[in-house]
Amino acid sequence: MGIAWFVVLSAFIFAIGAAGVLTRRNPLVILLCLELMLNAGNLALLSFARAHGNGDGQVFALIVMVVAACEVVIGLGLIVAMFRNKLTIDADEMSELRG
Amino acid sequence: MTPAAVSWAWLVLLLPLMGTAVIALGWKILPGRLAGYLGTLTIGLSFLAGIATYFSLEALPPEGRRLVGSAFTYIGTSNLNVDLSILVDPLSVFMVLVVTGVSFLIHVYSIAYLGSDRGYARFFSYLNFFVFSMLLLVLAGNFVLLIVGWAFVGAASYLLISFWYRRDTATNAGIKAFVINVIGDVGLVIAAFLILDRLGTLDYLGAFEAARQIPPGDPTIVAACLLLLVGAFAKSGQLPLHTWLPDAMEGPTPVSALIHAATMVTAGVYLIARCHPLFEAAPSAAAVGAIIGTLTLLFAATVALVSTDLKRIIAYSTISQIGYMVLGVCAFAYSAGMFHLMTHAFFKALLFMGAGSVVSAIGMTNGSIDRMGGFRKAMPFTFATFTIGAGALAGLPLLSGFFSKDEIISYTLHRGGLYTVLGYCAYLAAILTAFYAFRMVFRVFFGKPVPEAKELAGGEQAHVAPQNPLTGEEEDTDVGFPGPEHHIAERAFGMKAAMAPLALLAVVGGVVAIPGLTAGVETFLEPTFAGSPYLADRPPEAEQITGLIIGGVLALVGVGAAYVVYMRRPGLAGSAQKKLAGVHALFFNAWYLNQLYDRVFVRPGRAAGRFGRTTVERVLVQNTIVGGATGVVRAGTALARAVQTGYLRAYALLLLVGVCALALYFLIASG
Repeated sequence: MGIAWFVVLSAFIFAIGAAGVLTRRNPLVILLCLELMLNAGNLALLSFARAHGNGDGQVFALIVMVVAACEVVIGLGLIVAMFRNKLTIDADEMSELRG
Repeated sequence: MTPAAVSWAWLVLLLPLMGTAVIALGWKILPGRLAGYLGTLTIGLSFLAGIATYFSLEALPPEGRRLVGSAFTYIGTSNLNVDLSILVDPLSVFMVLVVTGVSFLIHVYSIAYLGSDRGYARFFSYLNFFVFSMLLLVLAGNFVLLIVGWAFVGAASYLLISFWYRRDTATNAGIKAFVINVIGDVGLVIAAFLILDRLGTLDYLGAFEAARQIPPGDPTIVAACLLLLVGAFAKSGQLPLHTWLPDAMEGPTPVSALIHAATMVTAGVYLIARCHPLFEAAPSAAAVGAIIGTLTLLFAATVALVSTDLKRIIAYSTISQIGYMVLGVCAFAYSAGMFHLMTHAFFKALLFMGAGSVVSAIGMTNGSIDRMGGFRKAMPFTFATFTIGAGALAGLPLLSGFFSKDEIISYTLHRGGLYTVLGYCAYLAAILTAFYAFRMVFRVFFGKPVPEAKELAGGEQAHVAPQNPLTGEEEDTDVGFPGPEHHIAERAFGMKAAMAPLALLAVVGGVVAIPGLTAGVETFLEPTFAGSPYLADRPPEAEQITGLIIGGVLALVGVGAAYVVYMRRPGLAGSAQKKLAGVHALFFNAWYLNQLYDRVFVRPGRAAGRFGRTTVERVLVQNTIVGGATGVVRAGTALARAVQTGYLRAYALLLLVGVCALALYFLIASG
């Protein structure tokens, strides 16, 4: 099986994640979609690592997982704080940065 | 070891400065009238120190009577060295004695005259500051310090003219005086640059030594002298920069007496006498000065003939008398010019003090002599002293002005050539002077008594609602306006105490320089002018005595004419005025020079200011430049703001599009 399929799958998952980030308004779902995008990246890293026959990509994927875990912690914390503050869970409601 | 004369001279300078500082800082805690007594005391001590300077200078041999005392180096560079130095020589000591002596008497007068004014302490701190500045001016040992003193007296004059600062007319007069004086300051500064450029030093003695080495008529020196004349003329109220001096009468009368008659306005004469080696190296500039001095003395005498404001008549007479002094020093008759400066300080201060007393008597509402008359009985002391002052001004035989004025004229005639014509013009003005001097006396003190004079004779003094003497606007008596009480010499001991010595000096002041008998001024000043080739070229005694006789006769003619016009045939003045209406209007409006300056300088200046404010500032600067710049920034930021929607998903989309675009670019670029 060639590497192309893996990369295509990875791109596919990444696109699903990106589309989710762009279209969904629930921050929880946005966070999930972000995870999807990260994992799409992981998949690509692992596939290339396998294809090249060395472990560099695998190490990288591990680091991405750690970063993703941290990101989830912070993201969930933010969502909880937001929920406590505004009582609605809607990313579009939070538009105070408008210029 | 500093010579004693120099130490005394520093003390002369320091005392008024201390007085200023103490009064200005302690005005709140000084009780009652103490500020005035303190200010007077410092000037009195300064006068005593001046006398000590005089004696310690006289104790030196004549050729050693030019002492320079330096406190520290002000500016020190490779080719320019300016010390904070004073020059103590007979000329500066002469000026010190005149300035401190007259100032002391005027301080004494002011204690009484401004007794009820709410700005009492402020007045004395200004007055002490003025005396300090004037002493700095006359004692300065180089041009830099001279310019400092020169500017200081200008500032003091401004402060004192505008002393009653809630009067618009007074503040306007102060501004006018300051602006015209600054024109002179500019002339003086540029002259100092030219002197430094040509002679290589700003020290008096070095510059004068260098000036004697170069042949006469050097263009740079001529230019420097003409610029010095600009400075001198602005300060001394000579044509065409005289218009501020009559307006300066808006200040309190002691200010008119001290600054605008006796001392500051004679600074120009002092400057010319001080810089005599430069003027001798530039005879054409001296001739220009002499011509303008003569024109001024004639012009001002004609205006004084018809003016109706008492203080303005005396102001124009000051302009005229300074014209004599300028003519004298520009005709290289230095001791004659300085002698007239001294006698003029005495009798003119006296005349102003008398005028102040009279103006107080009619309630300080109006200085017009049309409202005065018959004050002789009611104010005998003022009458006597004023008449002495007027007699000295007119040059009546044996009074001080008689000797000094005629000495100037006989020197001028002796110089020959152009100066002969100027001398005859000065004789003509002498008749006019005698006429207007006694016009004042006859109009104010003789004739039918006005109601105020009758009241005063009956023991009452006029008290009307305070008002501006020029515009008649209502005033109160709080700070910034004259105080509630008006003082006349008859009732105030201090005013009498100041006027009596001046009257005495105005009578006997001439004895120091009677031709053939005494030559006090000339001998005393000789060391200063020792190098001058004109020193020995003096008119013979016979010529001087003939001059005195002619001058005396002319003065008597002028007084007699005034007597006929104002006493014997009172209608004559009115009918002459009607017949010569054109000439009268010309003289009365001071040859329309004020109106001319108003048209030529003030109004275009105002119009330019208005144009600048409305067109340049508002349309160009505010709307075009500032408005345009803000418009561009505003438009730019509006664009930037539109991008910032605040929607998280929009940012994410932008990020994604951006990354995709970048990736696409690199793909295409690598392909």
